[in-house]
Amino acid sequence: MDILDTNMILYSAAFGLMLIGIGGIVISNHLIRIIFGIALLEAGANLLLLLSTYHEGASAPIIVNGNMPAMMADPVPQALVLTAIVIGVGILALALSLAIRVQRAYGTLDMREVRLKLEQEISDEAGIGMPSSSDKPADIRKLPFNSVIQQEGGS
Amino acid sequence: MRRFTAALFLLGLGVMIAAIYQHIDFGNTAVNAGQEINAVAAGETGAANFVTSVVLAYRGIDTLLELTILFTAAMIGGMVLGRRRVDAPRDPDAGFILRTGADLLFPLLLVVGMYIILHGHLTPGGGFQGGVILAAAFFVPLLARPGIMLIDQRIVSLVEGLAGAVFIIIGLLAMFEGYEFLTPLYDKGELGALISAGSLPVLYLAVGIKVGSELAGLLAHLAEAEALD
Repeated sequence: MDILDTNMILYSAAFGLMLIGIGGIVISNHLIRIIFGIALLEAGANLLLLLSTYHEGASAPIIVNGNMPAMMADPVPQALVLTAIVIGVGILALALSLAIRVQRAYGTLDMREVRLKLEQEISDEAGIGMPSSSDKPADIRKLPFNSVIQQEGGS
Repeated sequence: MRRFTAALFLLGLGVMIAAIYQHIDFGNTAVNAGQEINAVAAGETGAANFVTSVVLAYRGIDTLLELTILFTAAMIGGMVLGRRRVDAPRDPDAGFILRTGADLLFPLLLVVGMYIILHGHLTPGGGFQGGVILAAAFFVPLLARPGIMLIDQRIVSLVEGLAGAVFIIIGLLAMFEGYEFLTPLYDKGELGALISAGSLPVLYLAVGIKVGSELAGLLAHLAEAEALD
């Protein structure tokens, strides 16, 4: 079966991990889940880099006991991924420390609430009302002529 | 609505990737730089592990810059989390099993980490992997007993700075000898022996200590972050 080829499975895993990671970043609202999405995306990208120079039946590029294997894998992407993994850990720790700050400042990790509180803070600081979309349904939006009508009716 | 558009975006991305998929020649890559490196690396650098040759000899400056990225991440992490208040509440000590396990693991992780760093030019492993294990060695006791000070933070910073300086000084030494920056120096020795490959093991030792102390500092900062009242 051609579709169950090892290469095919590995490439599917790499692309699948990247897709799941991007999906996690795009869909989820929780900050921790977004960070996990970044970690998955990174794993997929690393796997793809390694696969980009994969040869069937190649062994690791290391001489053991003076024997040179006939076919060795490409050491360049391996060296690249080696450093990328460690940097990934550093980036992940940095992202988590930022998440700790967000939790401490806003008391939540839900990005919808954080965004709302952020906008509230900005508009409070600037002394203007909360920004709102003009496409909002009329029953929620406070229309200017409604207040005029109410004032006229009251007087 | 937002979820729907997100799902639509993912579907589009999936279709695009599937389209790229059709054109990949699985297992037969056009990139051949690696095979040429494999052919000449043993003679040029004297390291049995060609990945080490690439990391430290052929693209040593990249490695230096990657260390800089890690340093920046650690520094910003420390800046973002800030200093801990003296009277901030701490988590209680962990249970008996975790505490004993941490005591047992600490020397073991140190030895394994140093082994992996020192054999980086012979076997799979090296400064980055061993450095992470060293960082874990210093982080596990912190998990078992929050607030314990294994090593003064200033000493950790000093060791980290010295390791980075050693890396750059070895690179500069090559320039004084009349080569390019970070060219491998000294006798290549016997292929596969512990003391071989010239200056590469020293470089990897510096990388390992720098990565280890940086990650240990970053993890310690994360663990020290004040809990919410």
